[in-house]
Amino acid sequence: MDINQIRAQFPILNQEINKRPLVYFDNGATSQKPLRVIESISNYYLHYNSNVHRGVHTLSQKATDKYEQARQKVRQFINANHSEEIIFTRGTTESINLVAFSLSQNFLQQGEEVLISEMEHHSNIVPWQMACERTGAKLKAASFDEKGILNVEELKNLVSEKTKIVALTQVSNALGTINPIKEIIDYVRSKNGNNTLILIDGAQAVPHLSVDVQALDCDFYAFSGHKMYAPTGIGVLYGKKELMSQMTPYQGGGDMIKTVTIEKTEYNELPYRFEAGTPNISGAIALSEAIDFMLETGVNEIARHEHELLTYATEKIKTVSGVKIIGEAPNKAGVLSFVVDGTHPSDIGVLLDKMGVAVRTGHHCAEPVMDKFNIPGTVRASFAVYNTRQEVDIFIAALEKAVNLLR
Amino acid sequence: MTIQEAQQEIIDDFAFFDDWMDKYEHIIELGKELPQIDEKYKTDENLIKGCQSRVWLHAENKDGKIYYSADSDAIIAKGIISLLLKVFSGHTPEEILAANTDFINEIGLQEHLSPTRSNGLVSMIKQIKNYALALSNN
Repeated sequence: MDINQIRAQFPILNQEINKRPLVYFDNGATSQKPLRVIESISNYYLHYNSNVHRGVHTLSQKATDKYEQARQKVRQFINANHSEEIIFTRGTTESINLVAFSLSQNFLQQGEEVLISEMEHHSNIVPWQMACERTGAKLKAASFDEKGILNVEELKNLVSEKTKIVALTQVSNALGTINPIKEIIDYVRSKNGNNTLILIDGAQAVPHLSVDVQALDCDFYAFSGHKMYAPTGIGVLYGKKELMSQMTPYQGGGDMIKTVTIEKTEYNELPYRFEAGTPNISGAIALSEAIDFMLETGVNEIARHEHELLTYATEKIKTVSGVKIIGEAPNKAGVLSFVVDGTHPSDIGVLLDKMGVAVRTGHHCAEPVMDKFNIPGTVRASFAVYNTRQEVDIFIAALEKAVNLLR
Repeated sequence: MTIQEAQQEIIDDFAFFDDWMDKYEHIIELGKELPQIDEKYKTDENLIKGCQSRVWLHAENKDGKIYYSADSDAIIAKGIISLLLKVFSGHTPEEILAANTDFINEIGLQEHLSPTRSNGLVSMIKQIKNYALALSNN
Protein backbone atom coordinates (compact mmCIF):
# COMPACT_ATOMS: atom_id res chain seq x y z
CA MET A 1 0.00 0.00 0.00
CA ASP A 2 1.49 3.32 -1.12
CA ILE A 3 0.33 5.89 1.42
CA ASN A 4 1.12 8.85 -0.83
CA GLN A 5 -0.94 7.37 -3.58
CA ILE A 6 -3.80 6.80 -1.12
CA ARG A 7 -3.61 10.33 0.26
CA ALA A 8 -3.62 11.79 -3.23
CA GLN A 9 -7.12 10.37 -3.64
CA PHE A 10 -8.42 12.46 -0.72
CA PRO A 11 -8.15 16.10 -1.82
CA ILE A 12 -9.67 17.41 1.43
CA LEU A 13 -6.60 16.28 3.37
CA ASN A 14 -4.44 18.74 1.49
CA GLN A 15 -5.38 21.88 3.41
CA GLU A 16 -4.38 23.95 6.39
CA ILE A 17 -6.46 24.46 9.53
CA ASN A 18 -5.41 27.41 11.67
CA LYS A 19 -2.29 27.69 9.48
CA ARG A 20 -1.20 24.12 10.21
CA PRO A 21 -1.51 21.13 7.92
CA LEU A 22 -4.73 19.28 8.71
CA VAL A 23 -4.37 16.08 10.70
CA TYR A 24 -7.76 14.40 10.49
CA PHE A 25 -8.18 11.94 13.36
CA ASP A 26 -11.97 12.05 13.63
CA ASN A 27 -12.62 9.10 11.38
CA GLY A 28 -14.76 7.32 13.96
CA ALA A 29 -17.29 10.11 13.49
CA THR A 30 -17.03 10.17 9.71
CA SER A 31 -14.29 9.35 7.24
CA GLN A 32 -13.21 11.54 4.36
CA LYS A 33 -14.21 10.55 0.83
CA PRO A 34 -11.90 9.64 -2.04
CA LEU A 35 -12.24 11.58 -5.27
CA ARG A 36 -13.78 8.61 -7.10
CA VAL A 37 -16.64 8.52 -4.58
CA ILE A 38 -17.22 12.27 -4.92
CA GLU A 39 -17.11 11.96 -8.69
CA SER A 40 -19.58 9.08 -8.72
CA ILE A 41 -22.12 11.43 -7.14
CA SER A 42 -21.56 14.27 -9.57
CA ASN A 43 -21.44 11.80 -12.44
CA TYR A 44 -24.86 10.52 -11.45
CA TYR A 45 -26.37 14.00 -11.33
CA LEU A 46 -24.55 15.15 -14.46
CA HIS A 47 -25.44 12.19 -16.63
CA TYR A 48 -28.18 9.87 -15.45
CA ASN A 49 -30.17 11.32 -12.56
CA SER A 50 -33.60 9.75 -12.70
CA ASN A 51 -35.98 7.99 -10.36
CA VAL A 52 -35.56 4.25 -9.93
CA HIS A 53 -37.88 1.28 -10.42
CA ARG A 54 -40.65 3.14 -12.19
CA GLY A 55 -39.59 4.73 -15.44
CA VAL A 56 -39.66 3.10 -18.83
CA HIS A 57 -37.18 5.60 -20.16
CA THR A 58 -33.47 5.11 -20.65
CA LEU A 59 -32.21 7.27 -17.79
CA SER A 60 -34.51 5.66 -15.27
CA GLN A 61 -33.36 2.25 -16.45
CA LYS A 62 -29.72 3.27 -16.09
CA ALA A 63 -30.28 4.72 -12.60
CA THR A 64 -32.16 1.58 -11.57
CA ASP A 65 -29.40 -0.68 -12.93
CA LYS A 66 -26.72 1.24 -11.05
CA TYR A 67 -28.78 1.30 -7.86
CA GLU A 68 -29.36 -2.44 -8.03
CA GLN A 69 -25.71 -3.09 -8.91
CA ALA A 70 -24.85 -1.20 -5.73
CA ARG A 71 -27.06 -3.60 -3.81
CA GLN A 72 -25.20 -6.52 -5.41
CA LYS A 73 -21.90 -4.93 -4.48
CA VAL A 74 -22.95 -4.61 -0.84
CA ARG A 75 -24.17 -8.20 -0.88
CA GLN A 76 -20.76 -9.40 -2.05
CA PHE A 77 -18.94 -7.10 0.36
CA ILE A 78 -20.55 -8.62 3.46
CA ASN A 79 -21.16 -12.01 1.82
CA ALA A 80 -24.93 -12.04 2.17
CA ASN A 81 -26.75 -14.91 0.52
CA HIS A 82 -29.30 -12.89 -1.47
CA SER A 83 -29.35 -9.33 -2.73
CA GLU A 84 -32.92 -8.92 -1.34
CA GLU A 85 -31.35 -9.18 2.08
CA ILE A 86 -29.71 -5.79 1.55
CA ILE A 87 -31.93 -2.84 2.50
CA PHE A 88 -30.66 0.67 1.84
CA THR A 89 -31.29 3.01 4.77
CA ARG A 90 -30.11 6.41 5.95
CA GLY A 91 -27.47 4.82 8.12
CA THR A 92 -26.92 2.52 11.09
CA THR A 93 -29.36 4.47 13.23
CA GLU A 94 -32.20 4.04 10.77
CA SER A 95 -31.29 0.39 10.23
CA ILE A 96 -31.56 -0.36 13.94
CA ASN A 97 -34.74 1.69 14.32
CA LEU A 98 -36.27 -0.20 11.44
CA VAL A 99 -35.63 -3.56 13.10
CA ALA A 100 -36.61 -2.36 16.59
CA PHE A 101 -39.84 -0.85 15.32
CA SER A 102 -40.79 -3.77 13.15
CA LEU A 103 -40.04 -6.40 15.79
CA SER A 104 -42.07 -4.49 18.36
CA GLN A 105 -45.11 -4.77 16.08
CA ASN A 106 -45.60 -8.51 16.08
CA PHE A 107 -42.57 -10.27 17.54
CA LEU A 108 -41.53 -8.82 20.89
CA GLN A 109 -44.08 -9.34 23.67
CA GLN A 110 -44.65 -8.21 27.21
CA GLY A 111 -42.43 -9.99 29.74
CA GLU A 112 -39.81 -10.88 27.12
CA GLU A 113 -36.31 -9.43 27.05
CA VAL A 114 -33.94 -7.54 24.81
CA LEU A 115 -30.27 -7.97 25.67
CA ILE A 116 -27.64 -5.37 24.83
CA SER A 117 -24.31 -4.33 26.39
CA GLU A 118 -23.31 -1.25 28.36
CA MET A 119 -20.84 -0.28 25.65
CA GLU A 120 -23.48 0.37 23.00
CA HIS A 121 -23.79 3.63 21.11
CA HIS A 122 -27.02 5.45 21.99
CA SER A 123 -28.42 4.33 18.64
CA ASN A 124 -28.26 0.72 19.80
CA ILE A 125 -29.85 1.56 23.16
CA VAL A 126 -32.63 4.07 22.59
CA PRO A 127 -34.51 2.23 19.78
CA TRP A 128 -34.67 -0.84 22.05
CA GLN A 129 -35.86 1.21 25.00
CA MET A 130 -38.61 2.54 22.75
CA ALA A 131 -39.46 -0.99 21.57
CA CYS A 132 -39.62 -2.13 25.20
CA GLU A 133 -41.88 0.78 26.09
CA ARG A 134 -44.22 -0.14 23.26
CA THR A 135 -44.37 -3.81 24.13
CA GLY A 136 -43.75 -4.04 27.86
CA ALA A 137 -40.59 -6.06 27.24
CA LYS A 138 -37.52 -5.53 29.40
CA LEU A 139 -34.11 -4.21 28.39
CA LYS A 140 -31.08 -5.91 29.94
CA ALA A 141 -27.44 -4.97 29.52
CA ALA A 142 -24.19 -6.86 30.06
CA SER A 143 -21.35 -4.87 31.58
CA PHE A 144 -17.69 -4.52 30.65
CA ASP A 145 -14.58 -4.29 32.77
CA GLU A 146 -12.13 -1.46 33.49
CA LYS A 147 -10.13 -2.30 30.38
CA GLY A 148 -13.23 -1.98 28.24
CA ILE A 149 -13.58 -5.71 27.67
CA LEU A 150 -17.14 -7.01 27.38
CA ASN A 151 -18.11 -9.34 30.19
CA VAL A 152 -18.96 -12.27 27.93
CA GLU A 153 -19.75 -14.69 30.74
CA GLU A 154 -22.20 -12.23 32.27
CA LEU A 155 -23.79 -11.72 28.88
CA LYS A 156 -24.14 -15.46 28.39
CA ASN A 157 -25.75 -15.76 31.82
CA LEU A 158 -28.27 -13.11 30.87
CA VAL A 159 -29.45 -15.17 27.90
CA SER A 160 -32.61 -17.03 28.90
CA GLU A 161 -35.69 -18.36 27.15
CA LYS A 162 -37.15 -14.87 27.67
CA THR A 163 -34.40 -13.30 25.55
CA LYS A 164 -35.99 -12.56 22.20
CA ILE A 165 -33.44 -10.12 20.82
CA VAL A 166 -29.70 -9.70 21.33
CA ALA A 167 -28.32 -6.43 19.92
CA LEU A 168 -24.58 -5.90 20.16
CA THR A 169 -21.91 -3.72 18.71
CA GLN A 170 -19.05 -5.45 16.95
CA VAL A 171 -16.64 -2.60 17.68
CA SER A 172 -17.20 0.01 20.41
CA ASN A 173 -17.08 3.56 19.08
CA ALA A 174 -15.94 4.99 22.41
CA LEU A 175 -13.43 2.32 23.44
CA GLY A 176 -12.39 0.62 20.21
CA THR A 177 -12.99 -2.82 21.71
CA ILE A 178 -13.63 -5.58 19.16
CA ASN A 179 -16.21 -7.89 20.72
CA PRO A 180 -16.12 -11.67 20.19
CA ILE A 181 -19.49 -11.60 18.44
CA LYS A 182 -19.01 -14.94 16.70
CA GLU A 183 -18.55 -16.68 20.03
CA ILE A 184 -21.61 -14.89 21.43
CA ILE A 185 -23.79 -15.66 18.41
CA ASP A 186 -22.78 -19.34 18.57
CA TYR A 187 -23.66 -19.43 22.24
CA VAL A 188 -27.07 -17.82 21.74
CA ARG A 189 -27.81 -20.22 18.87
CA SER A 190 -26.77 -23.26 20.89
CA LYS A 191 -29.01 -22.17 23.72
CA ASN A 192 -32.06 -20.69 21.99
CA GLY A 193 -31.69 -21.74 18.37
CA ASN A 194 -33.44 -19.29 16.09
CA ASN A 195 -35.90 -18.16 18.76
CA THR A 196 -33.59 -15.31 19.69
CA LEU A 197 -32.91 -12.80 16.95
CA ILE A 198 -29.44 -11.28 16.83
CA LEU A 199 -28.60 -7.83 15.51
CA ILE A 200 -25.02 -6.65 15.14
CA ASP A 201 -24.20 -2.93 15.03
CA GLY A 202 -21.37 -2.87 12.54
CA ALA A 203 -20.99 0.92 12.20
CA GLN A 204 -17.44 0.92 13.57
CA ALA A 205 -16.54 -2.54 12.30
CA VAL A 206 -17.18 -2.45 8.56
CA PRO A 207 -14.67 0.35 7.90
CA HIS A 208 -11.90 -1.69 9.54
CA LEU A 209 -12.61 -5.43 9.35
CA SER A 210 -13.87 -7.75 6.69
CA VAL A 211 -17.35 -8.95 7.56
CA ASP A 212 -19.07 -12.16 6.50
CA VAL A 213 -22.69 -12.19 7.67
CA GLN A 214 -23.22 -15.82 6.70
CA ALA A 215 -20.21 -16.99 8.67
CA LEU A 216 -21.36 -14.87 11.62
CA ASP A 217 -24.91 -16.23 11.33
CA CYS A 218 -26.43 -13.04 12.73
CA ASP A 219 -30.02 -12.22 11.78
CA PHE A 220 -29.40 -8.53 11.17
CA TYR A 221 -26.30 -6.48 10.51
CA ALA A 222 -26.42 -2.67 10.41
CA PHE A 223 -23.82 -0.20 9.14
CA SER A 224 -23.32 3.28 7.69
CA GLY A 225 -21.67 4.37 4.48
CA HIS A 226 -20.14 7.57 5.77
CA LYS A 227 -17.69 5.92 8.13
CA MET A 228 -16.33 3.78 5.26
CA TYR A 229 -15.45 6.45 2.68
CA ALA A 230 -19.00 6.82 1.30
CA PRO A 231 -21.25 9.87 1.72
CA THR A 232 -23.57 10.58 4.65
CA GLY A 233 -27.20 9.59 4.35
CA ILE A 234 -26.69 6.08 3.04
CA GLY A 235 -26.50 2.96 5.13
CA VAL A 236 -27.35 -0.69 5.05
CA LEU A 237 -29.49 -3.14 6.89
CA TYR A 238 -28.75 -6.77 6.20
CA GLY A 239 -31.50 -9.11 7.34
CA LYS A 240 -32.09 -12.80 6.71
CA LYS A 241 -34.60 -13.22 3.91
CA GLU A 242 -36.97 -15.62 5.67
CA LEU A 243 -37.21 -13.22 8.62
CA MET A 244 -37.43 -9.97 6.73
CA SER A 245 -40.16 -11.25 4.43
CA GLN A 246 -42.40 -11.77 7.47
CA MET A 247 -41.64 -8.49 9.18
CA THR A 248 -43.97 -5.49 9.25
CA PRO A 249 -42.74 -2.59 7.12
CA TYR A 250 -41.25 0.35 9.00
CA GLN A 251 -42.55 3.16 6.81
CA GLY A 252 -45.35 3.26 4.28
CA GLY A 253 -45.24 5.00 0.93
CA GLY A 254 -44.29 4.58 -2.68
CA ASP A 255 -42.14 1.68 -3.89
CA MET A 256 -42.94 -0.52 -0.87
CA ILE A 257 -46.36 -1.60 -2.13
CA LYS A 258 -47.75 -4.13 -4.54
CA THR A 259 -51.30 -2.82 -4.70
CA VAL A 260 -53.08 -0.07 -2.82
CA THR A 261 -56.77 0.51 -2.38
CA ILE A 262 -58.21 2.88 0.18
CA GLU A 263 -59.18 -0.15 2.25
CA LYS A 264 -56.02 -2.17 2.11
CA THR A 265 -52.44 -2.33 0.88
CA GLU A 266 -50.54 -5.36 -0.17
CA TYR A 267 -46.86 -4.89 0.55
CA ASN A 268 -44.14 -5.35 -2.00
CA GLU A 269 -41.48 -8.04 -1.98
CA LEU A 270 -38.10 -7.68 -0.34
CA PRO A 271 -36.11 -5.50 -0.36
CA TYR A 272 -38.57 -2.87 -1.59
CA ARG A 273 -41.08 -3.32 1.21
CA PHE A 274 -38.52 -1.72 3.49
CA GLU A 275 -37.52 1.08 1.11
CA ALA A 276 -40.53 3.40 1.10
CA GLY A 277 -40.24 6.49 -1.06
CA THR A 278 -37.51 7.57 -3.45
CA PRO A 279 -34.28 6.20 -2.03
CA ASN A 280 -30.87 7.86 -1.81
CA ILE A 281 -29.89 6.74 -5.30
CA SER A 282 -26.64 8.66 -5.62
CA GLY A 283 -25.73 7.61 -2.09
CA ALA A 284 -26.10 3.93 -2.90
CA ILE A 285 -24.05 4.32 -6.08
CA ALA A 286 -21.36 6.22 -4.16
CA LEU A 287 -21.37 3.53 -1.47
CA SER A 288 -20.67 0.98 -4.16
CA GLU A 289 -17.75 3.11 -5.32
CA ALA A 290 -16.45 3.33 -1.74
CA ILE A 291 -16.61 -0.46 -1.48
CA ASP A 292 -14.55 -0.71 -4.66
CA PHE A 293 -12.04 1.68 -3.13
CA MET A 294 -11.80 -0.51 -0.02
CA LEU A 295 -11.59 -3.76 -1.96
CA GLU A 296 -8.94 -2.45 -4.35
CA THR A 297 -6.91 -1.09 -1.43
CA GLY A 298 -7.50 -4.35 0.41
CA VAL A 299 -9.64 -4.52 3.55
CA ASN A 300 -6.93 -6.50 5.31
CA GLU A 301 -4.30 -3.99 4.20
CA ILE A 302 -6.45 -1.18 5.61
CA ALA A 303 -6.87 -3.07 8.88
CA ARG A 304 -3.12 -3.78 9.10
CA HIS A 305 -2.23 -0.15 8.43
CA GLU A 306 -4.70 1.21 10.98
CA HIS A 307 -3.60 -1.31 13.57
CA GLU A 308 0.01 -0.27 13.10
CA LEU A 309 -0.98 3.39 13.63
CA LEU A 310 -3.01 2.47 16.71
CA THR A 311 -0.10 0.53 18.23
CA TYR A 312 2.33 3.35 17.44
CA ALA A 313 0.01 6.06 18.83
CA THR A 314 -0.77 3.99 21.94
CA GLU A 315 2.95 3.64 22.69
CA LYS A 316 3.71 7.30 22.04
CA ILE A 317 0.80 8.71 24.02
CA LYS A 318 2.02 6.93 27.12
CA THR A 319 5.00 9.32 27.14
CA VAL A 320 2.66 12.29 27.69
CA SER A 321 2.32 12.82 31.43
CA GLY A 322 -1.08 12.21 32.99
CA VAL A 323 -2.59 10.39 30.04
CA LYS A 324 -4.97 7.57 30.83
CA ILE A 325 -6.16 5.46 27.92
CA ILE A 326 -9.86 4.60 28.11
CA GLY A 327 -10.31 1.22 26.47
CA GLU A 328 -7.35 -1.12 26.71
CA ALA A 329 -8.80 -4.31 25.35
CA PRO A 330 -6.19 -6.44 23.59
CA ASN A 331 -8.44 -6.54 20.54
CA LYS A 332 -9.08 -3.01 19.30
CA ALA A 333 -9.88 -1.31 16.03
CA GLY A 334 -8.75 2.15 15.03
CA VAL A 335 -9.77 4.08 18.17
CA LEU A 336 -7.56 5.71 20.81
CA SER A 337 -9.75 7.21 23.53
CA PHE A 338 -8.11 8.93 26.49
CA VAL A 339 -8.30 11.49 29.27
CA VAL A 340 -5.49 13.60 30.74
CA ASP A 341 -5.27 14.18 34.50
CA GLY A 342 -6.36 17.65 35.51
CA THR A 343 -7.71 18.61 32.10
CA HIS A 344 -11.12 18.53 30.47
CA PRO A 345 -11.47 16.69 27.13
CA SER A 346 -13.10 19.65 25.42
CA ASP A 347 -10.16 21.93 26.35
CA ILE A 348 -7.73 19.45 24.79
CA GLY A 349 -9.94 19.30 21.69
CA VAL A 350 -10.06 23.09 21.31
CA LEU A 351 -6.28 23.45 21.62
CA LEU A 352 -5.54 20.52 19.28
CA ASP A 353 -7.77 22.18 16.69
CA LYS A 354 -5.69 25.35 17.00
CA MET A 355 -2.76 23.17 15.95
CA GLY A 356 -4.61 21.66 13.01
CA VAL A 357 -5.47 18.34 14.66
CA ALA A 358 -9.12 17.22 14.43
CA VAL A 359 -10.22 14.83 17.18
CA ARG A 360 -13.52 14.05 18.83
CA THR A 361 -14.24 15.07 22.40
CA GLY A 362 -17.24 14.37 24.59
CA HIS A 363 -19.27 11.33 25.48
CA HIS A 364 -19.34 9.92 21.92
CA CYS A 365 -23.06 9.17 22.23
CA ALA A 366 -22.16 6.46 24.72
CA GLU A 367 -23.01 8.03 28.08
CA PRO A 368 -23.26 4.68 29.91
CA VAL A 369 -19.61 4.08 28.96
CA MET A 370 -18.56 7.45 30.40
CA ASP A 371 -20.59 6.84 33.58
CA LYS A 372 -18.80 3.55 34.02
CA PHE A 373 -15.41 5.28 34.06
CA ASN A 374 -16.88 8.21 35.99
CA ILE A 375 -15.62 10.75 33.44
CA PRO A 376 -17.49 13.48 31.53
CA GLY A 377 -16.04 12.33 28.26
CA THR A 378 -12.83 11.47 26.49
CA VAL A 379 -10.63 12.74 23.70
CA ARG A 380 -10.81 10.27 20.85
CA ALA A 381 -8.34 9.95 18.02
CA SER A 382 -9.51 7.49 15.39
CA PHE A 383 -7.63 6.39 12.33
CA ALA A 384 -8.32 5.69 8.68
CA VAL A 385 -6.37 4.33 5.75
CA TYR A 386 -4.92 7.73 4.79
CA ASN A 387 -3.41 8.56 8.19
CA THR A 388 0.34 8.36 8.75
CA ARG A 389 2.88 7.86 11.52
CA GLN A 390 4.06 11.38 10.88
CA GLU A 391 0.55 12.61 11.67
CA VAL A 392 0.66 10.65 14.91
CA ASP A 393 3.90 12.48 15.75
CA ILE A 394 2.26 15.84 15.04
CA PHE A 395 -0.71 14.84 17.19
CA ILE A 396 1.46 13.77 20.12
CA ALA A 397 3.54 16.96 19.97
CA ALA A 398 0.35 19.04 19.82
CA LEU A 399 -1.10 17.09 22.74
CA GLU A 400 2.01 17.76 24.81
CA LYS A 401 1.73 21.45 24.06
CA ALA A 402 -1.99 21.50 24.91
CA VAL A 403 -1.41 19.73 28.22
CA ASN A 404 1.36 22.15 29.13
CA LEU A 405 -0.89 25.10 28.39
CA LEU A 406 -3.70 23.70 30.49
CA ARG A 407 -1.65 22.82 33.53
CA MET B 1 -17.26 51.19 34.59
CA THR B 2 -20.09 50.81 32.10
CA ILE B 3 -20.69 47.60 30.18
CA GLN B 4 -19.38 49.34 27.09
CA GLU B 5 -16.18 50.37 28.84
CA ALA B 6 -15.64 46.90 30.25
CA GLN B 7 -15.98 45.45 26.78
CA GLN B 8 -13.55 47.97 25.35
CA GLU B 9 -11.03 47.17 28.05
CA ILE B 10 -11.13 43.48 27.11
CA ILE B 11 -10.75 44.31 23.42
CA ASP B 12 -7.71 46.46 24.25
CA ASP B 13 -6.21 43.68 26.39
CA PHE B 14 -6.58 41.15 23.65
CA ALA B 15 -5.04 43.47 21.05
CA PHE B 16 -1.65 42.63 22.56
CA PHE B 17 -1.80 38.99 21.58
CA ASP B 18 -0.51 38.24 18.14
CA ASP B 19 -0.72 34.49 18.17
CA TRP B 20 -3.31 31.99 19.33
CA MET B 21 -1.08 30.53 22.01
CA ASP B 22 -0.73 33.80 23.90
CA LYS B 23 -4.44 34.40 23.60
CA TYR B 24 -5.40 30.98 24.88
CA GLU B 25 -2.79 31.12 27.61
CA HIS B 26 -4.50 34.29 28.78
CA ILE B 27 -7.98 32.74 28.61
CA ILE B 28 -6.78 29.69 30.53
CA GLU B 29 -5.21 32.00 33.12
CA LEU B 30 -8.52 33.86 33.45
CA GLY B 31 -10.28 30.57 33.84
CA LYS B 32 -7.96 29.53 36.63
CA GLU B 33 -8.41 32.88 38.39
CA LEU B 34 -12.20 32.94 38.14
CA PRO B 35 -13.48 33.26 41.72
CA GLN B 36 -14.87 29.99 42.94
CA ILE B 37 -18.62 29.78 42.80
CA ASP B 38 -20.09 29.00 46.20
CA GLU B 39 -20.53 25.21 46.22
CA LYS B 40 -24.10 25.60 47.41
CA TYR B 41 -24.96 27.27 44.09
CA LYS B 42 -23.57 24.37 42.05
CA THR B 43 -27.00 22.80 41.93
CA ASP B 44 -28.78 20.98 39.16
CA GLU B 45 -31.08 23.96 38.96
CA ASN B 46 -28.15 26.24 38.10
CA LEU B 47 -26.58 23.74 35.73
CA ILE B 48 -26.48 24.35 32.01
CA LYS B 49 -25.65 21.05 30.41
CA GLY B 50 -23.81 21.13 27.11
CA CYS B 51 -22.65 18.14 25.15
CA GLN B 52 -19.02 19.22 25.52
CA SER B 53 -18.89 20.84 28.93
CA ARG B 54 -21.08 21.96 31.80
CA VAL B 55 -21.68 25.45 33.13
CA TRP B 56 -23.21 26.57 36.43
CA LEU B 57 -24.64 30.08 36.73
CA HIS B 58 -25.99 31.83 39.79
CA ALA B 59 -27.38 35.37 40.00
CA GLU B 60 -28.38 37.66 42.80
CA ASN B 61 -29.81 41.12 43.06
CA LYS B 62 -28.09 43.60 45.37
CA ASP B 63 -29.51 47.10 45.49
CA GLY B 64 -30.90 46.92 42.00
CA LYS B 65 -27.74 45.49 40.44
CA ILE B 66 -27.26 41.90 39.40
CA TYR B 67 -24.21 39.95 40.45
CA TYR B 68 -23.40 36.73 38.69
CA SER B 69 -21.15 33.89 39.69
CA ALA B 70 -20.42 30.93 37.47
CA ASP B 71 -18.27 27.89 36.96
CA SER B 72 -17.51 25.27 34.33
CA ASP B 73 -15.73 21.94 34.29
CA ALA B 74 -13.76 23.07 31.21
CA ILE B 75 -11.10 25.70 31.70
CA ILE B 76 -11.42 27.48 28.35
CA ALA B 77 -15.16 27.83 28.88
CA LYS B 78 -14.34 29.12 32.35
CA GLY B 79 -11.99 31.75 30.89
CA ILE B 80 -14.71 32.97 28.58
CA ILE B 81 -17.17 32.96 31.47
CA SER B 82 -14.72 35.17 33.33
CA LEU B 83 -14.85 37.67 30.45
CA LEU B 84 -18.63 37.58 30.33
CA LEU B 85 -18.94 38.14 34.07
CA LYS B 86 -16.49 41.05 33.92
CA VAL B 87 -18.81 42.63 31.38
CA PHE B 88 -22.22 41.76 32.76
CA SER B 89 -21.89 41.41 36.53
CA GLY B 90 -22.70 44.39 38.77
CA HIS B 91 -25.02 46.21 36.41
CA THR B 92 -28.70 47.01 36.40
CA PRO B 93 -31.10 44.67 34.61
CA GLU B 94 -31.80 47.40 32.03
CA GLU B 95 -28.11 47.79 31.19
CA ILE B 96 -27.65 44.03 30.96
CA LEU B 97 -30.65 43.58 28.71
CA ALA B 98 -29.47 46.35 26.40
CA ALA B 99 -25.91 44.97 26.07
CA ASN B 100 -24.60 42.59 23.41
CA THR B 101 -21.66 40.18 23.23
CA ASP B 102 -20.04 41.59 20.10
CA PHE B 103 -16.74 42.00 21.94
CA ILE B 104 -16.34 38.22 21.85
CA ASN B 105 -16.25 38.42 18.03
CA GLU B 106 -13.78 41.29 18.15
CA ILE B 107 -11.33 39.29 20.22
CA GLY B 108 -11.73 36.34 17.87
CA LEU B 109 -13.47 33.90 20.19
CA GLN B 110 -16.82 33.78 18.39
CA GLU B 111 -16.34 30.07 17.60
CA HIS B 112 -16.88 29.33 21.28
CA LEU B 113 -20.24 31.06 21.24
CA SER B 114 -21.60 29.21 18.25
CA PRO B 115 -25.02 27.77 19.12
CA THR B 116 -23.96 24.45 17.61
CA ARG B 117 -20.90 24.16 19.82
CA SER B 118 -22.90 22.85 22.75
CA ASN B 119 -20.47 23.92 25.48
CA GLY B 120 -23.12 25.65 27.55
CA LEU B 121 -21.90 29.21 26.85
CA VAL B 122 -24.70 30.27 24.51
CA SER B 123 -27.27 29.02 26.97
CA MET B 124 -25.36 30.80 29.70
CA ILE B 125 -25.65 34.16 27.94
CA LYS B 126 -29.34 33.52 27.42
CA GLN B 127 -29.57 32.70 31.11
CA ILE B 128 -27.71 35.90 32.09
CA LYS B 129 -30.34 37.86 30.17
CA ASN B 130 -33.19 35.78 31.57
CA TYR B 131 -32.08 36.54 35.11
CA ALA B 132 -31.89 40.23 34.25
CA LEU B 133 -35.38 40.09 32.79
CA ALA B 134 -36.78 38.19 35.77
CA LEU B 135 -35.11 40.46 38.29
CA SER B 136 -36.07 43.66 36.49
CA ASN B 137 -39.71 42.83 37.03
CA ASN B 138 -39.29 42.63 40.78
